[in-house]
Amino acid sequence: MFNKILIANRGEIACRVIQTAHRLGIRCVAVYSEADRHARHVAMADEAFLLGPAPSSESYLRADRVIEVAKSSGAQAIHPGYGFLSENTEFARACETNDIVFIGPPASAIASMGSKSAAKAIMQDAGVPLVPGYHGEDQSPDLLRAEAEKCGFPLLLKAVAGGGGKGMRVVESMREFDEALAAAQREAKNAFGNPDMLIEKYLTQPRHVEIQVFCDAHGNGVYLAERDCSVQRRHQKVLEEAPAPGLSQETRRAMGEAAVRAAQAIDYVGAGTVEFLYDVDGSFYFMEMNTRLQVEHPVTEMITGQDLVEWQLRVANGEPLPLQQDQIQLRGHALEARIYAEDPDHDFLPATGTLRYLRTPDENSHVRVDTGVTEGDEVSIHYDPMIAKLIVWDDTRERAINRMVQALEEYRINGVKTNIRFLHALADSAPFRNEALDTGFIGKHEDLLFPPAQLDENLGLVLSACFFLLRSKAEQTLTADPFSPFARQNSWRLNSHYARPMQLLADDVEHSLRILEQDNHFQIDIGECSYEVRAALDGDRLQATVNGHRFTVCGDLHEDQLVLFHRGETFHCALHREQFGLEEQSGEGGLQAPMNGSVVAVLVSPGDRVEAGQTLVIMEAMKMEHAIKASGNGSVSEVFFGEGDLVSEGAELISLELDSEEAA
Amino acid sequence: MTTLHSKINPRADEFRANHDAMATAVADLRDKVAQVEQGGGPKYQERHLARGKLLPRDRINALIDEGSPFLELSQLAAHDVYDESVPAAGIITGIGRVSGVECMIVANDATVKGGTYYPLTAKKHLRAQEIAEQNRLPCIYLVDSGGANLPRQDEVFPDRDHFGRIFFNQARMSAAGIAQIAVVLGLCTAGGAYVPAMADESIIVRNQGTIFLAGPPLVKAATGEVVSAEDLGGADVHCKTSGVADHYAENDQHALQIARDCVRNLNHSKPITLNLRKPAAPLYSPEELYGIVGTDLRKPYDVREVIARIVDGSEFDEFKKYYGTSLVTGFAHVHGYPVGIVANNGILFGESAQKGAHFIELCCQRRIPLLFLQNITGFMVGRKYEAEGIAKHGAKMVTAVACANVPKLTVLIGGSFGAGNYGMCGRAYSPNFLWMWPNARISVMGGEQAAGVLATVKRDGLERAGEEWSAEEELAFKKPIIETYEQQGHPYYASARLWDDGVIDPAQTRDVIGMGLSAALNKPIGETRFGVFRM
Repeated sequence: MFNKILIANRGEIACRVIQTAHRLGIRCVAVYSEADRHARHVAMADEAFLLGPAPSSESYLRADRVIEVAKSSGAQAIHPGYGFLSENTEFARACETNDIVFIGPPASAIASMGSKSAAKAIMQDAGVPLVPGYHGEDQSPDLLRAEAEKCGFPLLLKAVAGGGGKGMRVVESMREFDEALAAAQREAKNAFGNPDMLIEKYLTQPRHVEIQVFCDAHGNGVYLAERDCSVQRRHQKVLEEAPAPGLSQETRRAMGEAAVRAAQAIDYVGAGTVEFLYDVDGSFYFMEMNTRLQVEHPVTEMITGQDLVEWQLRVANGEPLPLQQDQIQLRGHALEARIYAEDPDHDFLPATGTLRYLRTPDENSHVRVDTGVTEGDEVSIHYDPMIAKLIVWDDTRERAINRMVQALEEYRINGVKTNIRFLHALADSAPFRNEALDTGFIGKHEDLLFPPAQLDENLGLVLSACFFLLRSKAEQTLTADPFSPFARQNSWRLNSHYARPMQLLADDVEHSLRILEQDNHFQIDIGECSYEVRAALDGDRLQATVNGHRFTVCGDLHEDQLVLFHRGETFHCALHREQFGLEEQSGEGGLQAPMNGSVVAVLVSPGDRVEAGQTLVIMEAMKMEHAIKASGNGSVSEVFFGEGDLVSEGAELISLELDSEEAA
Repeated sequence: MTTLHSKINPRADEFRANHDAMATAVADLRDKVAQVEQGGGPKYQERHLARGKLLPRDRINALIDEGSPFLELSQLAAHDVYDESVPAAGIITGIGRVSGVECMIVANDATVKGGTYYPLTAKKHLRAQEIAEQNRLPCIYLVDSGGANLPRQDEVFPDRDHFGRIFFNQARMSAAGIAQIAVVLGLCTAGGAYVPAMADESIIVRNQGTIFLAGPPLVKAATGEVVSAEDLGGADVHCKTSGVADHYAENDQHALQIARDCVRNLNHSKPITLNLRKPAAPLYSPEELYGIVGTDLRKPYDVREVIARIVDGSEFDEFKKYYGTSLVTGFAHVHGYPVGIVANNGILFGESAQKGAHFIELCCQRRIPLLFLQNITGFMVGRKYEAEGIAKHGAKMVTAVACANVPKLTVLIGGSFGAGNYGMCGRAYSPNFLWMWPNARISVMGGEQAAGVLATVKRDGLERAGEEWSAEEELAFKKPIIETYEQQGHPYYASARLWDDGVIDPAQTRDVIGMGLSAALNKPIGETRFGVFRM
């Protein structure tokens, strides 16, 4: 076995590989970019080398630097993870040239699967089913009609040069065919200058089912069952599971054997995934083959009890596959949810920021968290915004779903927007529980996936108030006189009582609360509503009984901003305090970046006169443009950034000297 | 540690009757305080608020640490004293934590007679300063007052303990390193101008606070100069030109925030030399004190039942338990602070007085604060006791109490009559704090006894003149005397005149004592030198 490998990746997969390598007694060399100096994978590795600046093109994609590091550090093999250099033929070849083992398939196998059309041809020859249709160059209408007849309806007419839905038509029957063909050709000609069409069987409710295959250098190949990755959003997998619900043993074998055939057709070695479209009638068609370890490999590990990274290492080391086909047993059901830094309420725009509060569910034989970040880490614009993969396992699918729902409720993140609530709604939705899966799942059930808040606003305010009160009590600084009754925050009054006011800001609305502390409970009034609350705070976990109803929530409080986590959803509010002396501070017009992003345009230069409201800088952040405007009349004294520069939230962009009142 | 075990049966008829009587008295007290909290009433409060000012109690709420307790003093000051109602004597005083520091807060209530100083206003202000000085508490004056009450100037201005003493105290405290902070939230005219002017740091609210020796009307009368109050002594003048004020505030809230910052910068710390213990609640509910004590002073009870409901964990290490049993002495903790308790359990005899003196010496030697629970009809009288030297034994206890240089806290939990008041650290013995329960009574002797003494004197005179005095006539003679004693011995009467620092709910006693101790510990506990004990 190797005694030192290099992991040419970052994030959770780098950590994942290091974990197995360490278990096998292999030392690990990590590589990192300037943005990842303090990343978890760097800390976990035995040694680590800087590749270059944050952009991938200057760091993780620098094949030459990676090879150089591998050579200088004495690593015998390189694990590419997924993404980055994992399916890069050149890189695989460079490894071969430099006598470094590439932990993955031979460069030739990567190359053959790199081109989709070439791959399909190879598969057809190997007897792997393809979506029926016609991909020929002869475009005579009669031939197309005949091919359509052969393919069957409904079918899909697609522009050969197409993309983006242009020149595409679903045709339900022969009667519609001519008209649809003419329209699609016209569209394709206009859009791409090429009217050529291909015909494919149209699957009305296709599922994405993929087979995990493994081959060794000795000609052995096995499949480790399948994964259902039908729940996708814009071709991005969201929730994966294994085995695929409702898949018969026969189908599994048929698909598995087809997949192994596919792999062997290209002399595959290592871990690979053959993706199929799976139709309601049980038929399946080859889509593509991924020549690497997939993101969602853990669900396969959970139901087979195997460590696929260990398999990769053994196979790369020239060993035979650890198991033969008949030794691979499936047990129970596993699900994986991908936790992303993104904003489901704004079209899933990637989110960035600092993971200033991060709590993961406890890991055990049922729950596994694969992640590359820890609390305090930054989710930057440079890399994939995946924060973690949450994997659960149980005997049955139903129980696994229950575990997933529960584990998502225990996954609490603040500082960066995430899709946790969305995943929670998704996993807990009736159609998902009922196995009504297909690749259009999310679009079809959108109404179920963005449920309204379960926590009543007043209740959220009451719980928040308790959190603020109890946290402030807990944080009471210990003086030389720790037990003084003056230190108790119970608003004690002689022969009287005092209901202290609290102003909370939720959804930009200010709420006035009155809190009367009695012996062992609070009476909290919001407007006409009165709540009797008994509450205890243990760290970040608040247990509160509000008018007899017991709640357990967790909270993250930071500079008067509170986020409560309640059953997968969050409630945000802020303690409102009067601010004084602002007049003095707002005199000069420093203009700050509203969020992390990049400068698209700087419209002024030092010395320019500007008027209030005039746009000075345009920033792009989270795929949206933001105009930074002058707060008043004045002149520009300095510009701190140029076009294309990356800026962090709060960075001063421009210094503006505002006209004084007298002068104006 | 010995734990006290209560022998009370809360289901007994007597307990219930006592409880109801005390609960009624406490309810009445809370009612009175609730009225006092209304200040000058809705009309004046609304006028005050309309100016954008905070009510004085809300100023205090905003000044002290969020959610922290406020130990108000002398809530019933001037209650039923003047022809007109002057709630709280127009000034709110008390101790609260500001930026973690226990401070004496003195806040004028401009809704009560414009915040002018009645004689008792001055007395209350001075008492607050006295407490601040005795306990080394930084002072924060929330000034909003028209100055001396002119119609009563003879009772406010000329004497030693009148208005002028306020500034004398400010100067002396400042000299002693006790911070003096003034927040000018309204008028500060004439003498009042010295409050901010003599403060270590002062804050003024623009368009609201004014400081001047003479207001615009007086200026016009004197020199003919016409000037607005703001131009004469507003925040701009004093922060930018005169330097009379140091900090410029946008409004009340801002000013109070600045005051909090000022306290943060005092570099104040408590010099605690006591061995603190983690506090534990008493084993018995403090509210049971109602049923134990009741309001009938003639009904005896074991004072250990009271102690068991005040001290931490009801733990009490008694000293000389079987000697001089009419005085109970021993060590306990209240809110984690060690205290030596001296409590009456009957009339004082020679032995009990000597025991008291011995115990007080112990506490002074060990620098442990003293708590006196006073319920005393006096020292024993009669030939036998005089012959045994009760006077010199009593003198020993009074000497010990007078000289004791540890924090002393006194609670009148029942009667406070005659020399018993002295031996048990009455007001004249300068305890750091003195509070009364609603059932307590204070006078030189009981009304019955006083009427009896006066009646005997009169009868003797009449009999010498050979005149007759019928039993009915004697009864009629005694009745008004008894009534007067009852009225003047009442806690409201006492509290209205600042003979104490407030009437308190027995159920809050433990907290009040804890806060009193906490405040007292801002001053290092010094060494005690006793006077000559007559042996």
